[in-house]
Amino acid sequence: MIALENVAYTYGGGELFSGVDLTLAPGSFHFLTGPSGAGKTTLLKLCYGELTATAGHVRVFDQDTRSMDRDAIAMTRRRIGVVHQDCQFLDHLSVGENVMLPLTVAGRGAEVGGNLKDLLGWVGLTAQADQLPPQLSGGERQRAAVARAVIMSPDVILADEPTGNIDWEMSQRLLTLLIELNKMGKTVLVATHDLSLIRTAKAQVATRVLRLKDRRLQLAGADL
Amino acid sequence: MPFLSRIMALLAGDPQADRTVPPTGYTARLTLFTSAAMAFLAVFALALSLATGRLANRWSAELAQTSTLRISAPVDQLAAQTRAALIVLETTPGVAQARPLTADEQRALLAPWFGPDLPVETLPIPQLIEIIEDSDGYDATGLRARLQAEVPGAVLDDHTRWREPLVAAAGRLRTLGLVAILLIAASTGAMITLAANAALAASAQVIRVMRLVGARDIYIARAFVRRFTLRALTGATVGMIAGILAVMLLPRTDVAGGFLTGLGFQGAHWLWPLVIPPLAAIVAFFATRAAALRTLREQS
Ligand SMILES: Nc1ncnc2c1ncn2[C@@H]1O[C@H](COP(=O)(O)OP(=O)(O)O)[C@@H](O)[C@H]1O
Ligand SMILES: [Mg+2]
Repeated sequence: MIALENVAYTYGGGELFSGVDLTLAPGSFHFLTGPSGAGKTTLLKLCYGELTATAGHVRVFDQDTRSMDRDAIAMTRRRIGVVHQDCQFLDHLSVGENVMLPLTVAGRGAEVGGNLKDLLGWVGLTAQADQLPPQLSGGERQRAAVARAVIMSPDVILADEPTGNIDWEMSQRLLTLLIELNKMGKTVLVATHDLSLIRTAKAQVATRVLRLKDRRLQLAGADL
Repeated sequence: MPFLSRIMALLAGDPQADRTVPPTGYTARLTLFTSAAMAFLAVFALALSLATGRLANRWSAELAQTSTLRISAPVDQLAAQTRAALIVLETTPGVAQARPLTADEQRALLAPWFGPDLPVETLPIPQLIEIIEDSDGYDATGLRARLQAEVPGAVLDDHTRWREPLVAAAGRLRTLGLVAILLIAASTGAMITLAANAALAASAQVIRVMRLVGARDIYIARAFVRRFTLRALTGATVGMIAGILAVMLLPRTDVAGGFLTGLGFQGAHWLWPLVIPPLAAIVAFFATRAAALRTLREQS
């Protein structure tokens, strides 16, 4: 699905990380941890083509992101659901319309049917469907972002600290949603520093835990 | 015409796509106003072009069909030379009619300068012969050569000398009108580009979110393009109607007389202003499209 080969990235100062090799096989479930500022968000951005690696190759669905044009990137993003760390919405559209935005911009707005209602119910936003995003709490925004990321039924789900602002019970629910999607064959990568979330997941699904530390990506040992 | 069908499809629009980009009331009003003002001006530039074109045609047609032969000779030879000239003219191909002006007619011509009672018969003034051409016209150079041989006192005036500068002036005025129309179209494009850039800058966050969820550039651009094309079309239609009303309210030629009030449309020419709104829409379409795609490429 997504393969990183000897990837390095720098914002202009020193290298944030280098020599990163990573393969997200279809149906795999990965966690990405590491101290704040290690480059977790940056690594995810490389995976959905918002950033281009300064060295090495990032291949998404067997295409090198460096050689993809803007339309190709757009088409790729329809197959990757992303929960951004700073979940951004269209503030003039309702939460429901925001959640189905990926379908709308793909010209598939008519397909949504009952999925939207089910999905909003699952993330506990049924009552907020007609509100505007600025009226939501931080946790509600994150749940809306998760719903938006999965509405296209994407092949890959990349979640950047999806449980950063929400209580334990709700993060369990989101984790369950991600695990269910993984069981349906979706590839999942979750960046988080919530170790208890990782432990809970490990009990339910085969996961690999990656750690960004000292400018390297390592496979975390059994210490978790 | 795939281009036209693209514009039609665009104007028909995708209401869902439209809602994703919030309208910016300020740029909307600016675009409407600019398009209306430009269309209003374009109506006048068009009227100027068409009126001067008409004028040039009329002058060259009317003046080309008549010419004058002037015979200056001592009084005792005047009648003989006039007769000789008439014979030459009658045998000249292209001359439909040649007629010496009567004494009364000559007196009428001179009356503004010398008063009504001028004794033209006794004065050594030249005899004028009015020549009316048939539709093919005659060969002025050939006629001059023959007249020079047979009627030494004859001078042929085919009005070219003062017809040409008039027609040239009218032609230049018409060109000026067309240049004005082109400048108006270019300014409309420039203003709409500025307005579109302002709208795009105000929508940077919206564009970012749409790109992140997989919108293609063309989908985002279309929402802007459609909006600005419709605004330009609406504004230009209002401006065009106002312009036509203003032209209709100009004093009529036969009342005010003269060239200036000839400004206006005649017959089928009234249909020409209808071209202005679609033209404005086409200009807006391309200006906004270029601005949107450029802005989108610059962002990431
Ligand atoms: N757009 C940017 N320009 C410059 N530096 C940035 C930018 N984005 C992030 N950084 C820096 O890169 C480092 C890694 O950031 P990030 O990938 O967000 O880390 P993490 O998600 O692991 O907390 C941080 O030090 C951050 O300040
Ligand atoms: Mg981060």
